[in-house]
Amino acid sequence: MKIAITAQDKNLDADFDPRFGRCKYFVIVDLDTEEHRVEQNEGTTALGGAGIKSAQFLAGCEVSAVITGHVGPNASRALEAAGIKVFVMDSGTVRGAITAYKEGTLTQVSGATTDSHTGLNMS
Amino acid sequence: MIISVASGKGGTGKTTIAVNLALTLAETEPVCLMDCDVEEPNAHLFLKPVLEGRAKVTVPVPVVNEEKCTGCGRCGEICAFNAILPLGKHVLTFPELCHGCGGCTLLCPTGAIREEPLEIGVVEWGRAGAISHIHGKLKIGSPLAPPVVKAVKNHKQNMPEDIISIIDAPPGTSCPVVASVSGSDFCLLVTEPTPFGLHDLTLAVDMVSELQVPFGVVINRAGLGNGTLVDYCKAENIHILAEIPFDRRYAACYAKGGRLIEEFPEVKKAFQDLWHEICATAERV
Repeated sequence: MKIAITAQDKNLDADFDPRFGRCKYFVIVDLDTEEHRVEQNEGTTALGGAGIKSAQFLAGCEVSAVITGHVGPNASRALEAAGIKVFVMDSGTVRGAITAYKEGTLTQVSGATTDSHTGLNMS
Repeated sequence: MIISVASGKGGTGKTTIAVNLALTLAETEPVCLMDCDVEEPNAHLFLKPVLEGRAKVTVPVPVVNEEKCTGCGRCGEICAFNAILPLGKHVLTFPELCHGCGGCTLLCPTGAIREEPLEIGVVEWGRAGAISHIHGKLKIGSPLAPPVVKAVKNHKQNMPEDIISIIDAPPGTSCPVVASVSGSDFCLLVTEPTPFGLHDLTLAVDMVSELQVPFGVVINRAGLGNGTLVDYCKAENIHILAEIPFDRRYAACYAKGGRLIEEFPEVKKAFQDLWHEICATAERV
């Protein structure tokens, strides 16, 4: 299965990005093969509905879960419809996020954890 | 003739200028004041109009019949605002993000999408003495002001053709302001002689220049700050049409919802002169 981590840079030691819709990159990890790839988030330039766009992108990548800091109401609805589970953490690296996911120490959330446009105000 | 009253910075006195210009003109001309600041209309506080009618403003938003959907995804590709999300044959819609362009409905090959009106605000109209008044009110929670602005402007179709329309625009230089100012014959940019007033005026000048609407500047609270605003206007060859002095008595009158031209003869004279300046400047361009 594949998971995605929102990231501020393009490698495993980069800081994770607490924004979902407006995060810079998605690091997509295949937990079966331990391989990973990095995708630029097209949601960063969306006129609106960045979280929806990002959720659609992740659905296309067939990820089962995403690790991020916050999800807004629209992103949450889109992720749920796409069957993507949401796990949240406060800070750390992409590598740390993967480890924490495997150890089962991350918090899974359902529904929005923040208001719309949170990521727009965090750049 | 349509005269819009805009500003970059908020709180510079757009409504004061729009209302008092309308009151001055109404003594000799048919006048309509359109309050296009639909997020916070306030001209009615000074005009105290008797409202005669109201109409809902709606945008057409998509409703999807998933039984007809083939999962082609075209609806999602066309939407610039991500208001429709196809996940295979399951299609989510986000009506509050929809700008009502109709692109998804048009592109759907199986006719699975129909449109339903979503109410985003109202237009109200009435009279304040000799002045016709129209204003729009955006529904709380709706982010989409331009359709309400356009509905206010469209309502003018019911007015005599020779009426002078004064548009009180929202502050800033974003879409609702562009929707308000577009199509004007002349734009008054109201500013104040402060660093913020000057900075935001430069943005407003760029906007009206792009829209190719002739404009001039009204300096409100003249006497505050320093001369950099006047220096800027001179350097850019921008006509200063009027200056309303900074005066505590004017502020007190405004705060009570009063009408400056009725309480202060020198202000009435300033607005009569402003109208002559507008006509003279509009003729030159």
